[in-house]
Amino acid sequence: MSFSAALPDQAAPTRTWRNRLLPYGLLTPAVVVTVVIVFLPMIEAVVTSLYAFVLFRPNAARFVGLDNYMKLIQDPVFWITLKHTAIWIGLTVPLQMGLGLIAALILNREFPWRGLARALVIIPWALPSVVIALMWRWIYDANTGVLNEILLRLSIIQSAIPWLADPDKALYAVVVTLTWQGFPFFAVMILAGLQGIPKSRYEAASIDGASAWRQFRHVTLPGIAGVLATAGLLRIIWVANSIDVIFVMTGGGPGYATQTLPLYAFIKARQNLDFGYGTTIAVMFTVLLGVVVAIYIARMSREVER
Amino acid sequence: MIGKPTLTRRILTTDLPALGVILLAIGPFMWMLMTSFTPQGRLAALGVAISPANWSFENYVRLVSRTSFLGNMGHSFIVAAGTTALGLFVSVTAAYAFSRFRFAGRRILMMQFLLVNMFPVVLLILPLFVMMRRFGLLDTHAALIIANATVAIPFSVWMLTSYINAIPRSLDEAAMTDGCSRMQALKRVILPLAMPGIVSTGIYIFITAWNEYLYALTLGGRNVRTVTVAIQTLIGEYQIEWGLLSAGGVVGALPATILFLIAQRRLIGGLTQGAVKG
Repeated sequence: MSFSAALPDQAAPTRTWRNRLLPYGLLTPAVVVTVVIVFLPMIEAVVTSLYAFVLFRPNAARFVGLDNYMKLIQDPVFWITLKHTAIWIGLTVPLQMGLGLIAALILNREFPWRGLARALVIIPWALPSVVIALMWRWIYDANTGVLNEILLRLSIIQSAIPWLADPDKALYAVVVTLTWQGFPFFAVMILAGLQGIPKSRYEAASIDGASAWRQFRHVTLPGIAGVLATAGLLRIIWVANSIDVIFVMTGGGPGYATQTLPLYAFIKARQNLDFGYGTTIAVMFTVLLGVVVAIYIARMSREVER
Repeated sequence: MIGKPTLTRRILTTDLPALGVILLAIGPFMWMLMTSFTPQGRLAALGVAISPANWSFENYVRLVSRTSFLGNMGHSFIVAAGTTALGLFVSVTAAYAFSRFRFAGRRILMMQFLLVNMFPVVLLILPLFVMMRRFGLLDTHAALIIANATVAIPFSVWMLTSYINAIPRSLDEAAMTDGCSRMQALKRVILPLAMPGIVSTGIYIFITAWNEYLYALTLGGRNVRTVTVAIQTLIGEYQIEWGLLSAGGVVGALPATILFLIAQRRLIGGLTQGAVKG
């Protein structure tokens, strides 16, 4: 009706507009940077996989459609490395989780130097992968490695075993190393979960006369089930992706004995500079891993709505 | 008071198993530490010296005098510090937006950052190499900082969001009633309060970037060679000098390990929060 009333009315929409746009403005730097350094390269990867593209002959690159993928499923090495990837994940993650659970249950008890112990147990997690890989190569060394020495002294083996040079043992030797690297992650996660279980539940269980095993089975395990699932999913993705330790320990050898699918992609591109085919393997691996990632994302997605 | 029988019992059921876990966790690193203190001649003839009486700094002296290890540490430092700065700079405002606003597309955008963190390195490393080559960025610090940021940004967005979530909203509102704008509230009220979280996120990014190997190997080169790549080149052509290599491993691992031990309490708090709630 009057001019004086119209002014604040006009001012208010501008302010709400600005307020509505503000979060997008705040997000712009992070989103733009991720689009440029992650999503564009990823699209480029998918495009590259449709080309026959060898790095030192960029002019000879030509569009081949799905040929690379057809070649891939007929490639016997693809199936070998896929099998290794399954063994790799199937052994490493449960071993890490089991060892982490045992470590967490022990470190959750009361003792004077508990703080120190909890700090020290994480050390494998903080070490660079290269250092871990070289350290274990030294431990596994066929001639002077300490593992052979210990096993020989205990008469468990009769002659030194070339752990990383034996095609039948190399993959398992690397699994042991990765188990060592990753168990502290589980230990720490599970410890946090254990602390979230109310003491009263244990008291109630022991009043009911539940044995230690039954308490573990019916109080502890349900209490940490959520943590185990989340940490397990995260770890499957992480272990599947981790190629640096294997690369430094064995380079995928002997032969293809320790090559997993992502390592095969990396080596194919690095040694033969065959970026077209290497990227195809990487895309295929990403698609396969995508199933696990989707489960994890769906799980986390429920969280953020709050 | 703890009686004697219970003390023995505690040692048997708790201290000893705990000691076992700790030995398992740090044993291999201790072995490398002892190897690095064993002089080369003795290592070849008698093996690793267990007793400190036979230890010397010979390998460390050789490492510093005969290789470019200190220079490599410098490159690692530039890359790790650059990644930390870039990662934190773009993430703080994003985390504030996720924590304080409910807007269309919030969930999708948050999931996008989570998804990015799951992308296999091997999928990104090949196109990043091609792109860096196109822009002439290969073998520069910028290349490694950008590559490391692919992991650092999504990670720190998530970490900082959970840290800022823990700061009561009423504080922003109070500041705004007192005449601050949104941005001023962020800068004067939230940033100082979130500082411990920002510092520990920064430390984590620094450690990850310092320890990173595949990008450094692929996108670095003769000019920019980080510690992790340099350690590998310590492997001789004909035989491996384990003493020298161990010394390199210990020195290369030291900065990250010390940072981790300093910040571990807060870091673990932040890292486990998500998993415990989930």
